[in-house]
Amino acid sequence: MLVRFVIELVIYAVLVTVYLGLVLTFLVYWLKELFVQQRGVYAFVSIVLMILQAVGLEKLTTVLVHVNRRRQG
Amino acid sequence: MFFPISGVTLDPIYLILIGFIIGVLGGFFGVGGSFLTAPALFAVGLPMNFVVGTDLAHIVGKSIVAAKTHRVLGNIDLKLAAIMVIGTIAGAETGVQAIEFLKKYANVDLVVGTVSIVVFSGISIFCAWESWMTLRAKRQENREGDASSAPKQDSTAVDALAKSVQQIKLYPVISLPHSGIRAISFWAILFVSFIGGIFSGFLGGGAGYIRMPSMVYLLGIPTHIAVGTDLFEIIISASYGTVRHAMNGNVDILIALIMQTGAALGARIGANLTQYFTGPLIRLAFAPLPLLGAIVIAQRLLTSHHP
Repeated sequence: MLVRFVIELVIYAVLVTVYLGLVLTFLVYWLKELFVQQRGVYAFVSIVLMILQAVGLEKLTTVLVHVNRRRQG
Repeated sequence: MFFPISGVTLDPIYLILIGFIIGVLGGFFGVGGSFLTAPALFAVGLPMNFVVGTDLAHIVGKSIVAAKTHRVLGNIDLKLAAIMVIGTIAGAETGVQAIEFLKKYANVDLVVGTVSIVVFSGISIFCAWESWMTLRAKRQENREGDASSAPKQDSTAVDALAKSVQQIKLYPVISLPHSGIRAISFWAILFVSFIGGIFSGFLGGGAGYIRMPSMVYLLGIPTHIAVGTDLFEIIISASYGTVRHAMNGNVDILIALIMQTGAALGARIGANLTQYFTGPLIRLAFAPLPLLGAIVIAQRLLTSHHP
C-alpha cells in the first residue's frame, strides 16, 4: 500500500512540476501587468485560475488512484 | 524564486510543503488552516496584507478537493451550508473593510497579529478542555457499563449550551434533518456564520477555526458534519473573500497556485482520515493547532522587521 502511494506521489510530483513550470513561464508577467493595471480583471482571473487548478488536480489525483489500483489488481 | 506581484522571494518547495501539511489538516479538521498558513507565510517575509488575501485564494482550491471527498462520505448538510454562506459573506465584507481601515490608520501587522494570538489561544484552550472532559465522561460511562453510549456517538461537554441555543424561538425556526436537529432559529445560524465571516475577512482564511467549533458547541451539529459542511461553505465564502482582497491588491495568486498543488494531495488524505476518528478525538487533536499558530505569530511580532 505504501509503495502504491509513493508511486502515485512521484507521478503527481512530476506532472505538477511540469505544469507549474508552464504556468510560471507563461502567466507570471501577464498576471503582474493585470495586477498593476486592471485590478478587477486580475481578481476575476485569479479566482478562475484557482478553481480550474483545484478541479484539475482533484481529477488528476482521482485518475492516479484508479489507474494504480487497477494496475495492482 | 521571485514573485513580482508581492515583491518577495520565496522557496516554491517550502510553499508546496506548507500547502500539503495545511491540506491534510484542513481536510481532517474542516478548517482553512490559516492559523498555520498565516504564520508560515508571515515568517518568511510576506507582508500581512498579502498573507491574508493569498491564504484565502489557496483555501478555495484546497476546500474544493476536501469538500468533494466529504460529500462522498455524506458529511455535508447543504441546507445548513446555504444559510451559513449568507452570514459569512456579510461578515467577510465587514472584516475586509476593517483591514482597509487599518491599512490607512494603524499598523495592520500589529493589530491583526495581536487579535490572532488572542483568538487562537482562546480556541485552543477551550477545545482542549471540552474534548478532554467529553472523553473522560465517555470513559466513565464505559466503566459503568452504560450501553447507551455507542463509540461513534457525538456529544460534547457543553451539550446544554447547544440545547439552549436550539430553544431560542426566534422565527423563522427551521429543521436540519441531515444534522439531526429538529428545530433551530435561522438567526442563530446566521449569527454564528456572520461572526465567522468577520474573522475570515479580518484575519484571513476561511475562519473554520471559529466556525467549526461554533457549529459543534453553539448549534449542536455533529463534528463530522460540521467539518464537511464548513469546508463546503468555505469554498463560496473564501471565493468571495479572494475576489474582494484581489481587488484591493492583497492577493499574490502565483504563491496561492503553487501552495495549492501540495494542498490538493493533502486535502484528499485528510478528508479520508476523518472516517477513522470519533468527534471528541477530532476536536482534541484540533486543539493544539491554533495555539501553535499563536506562538509563531507572537515570535514573529517580537522579532519583526516590518515597517
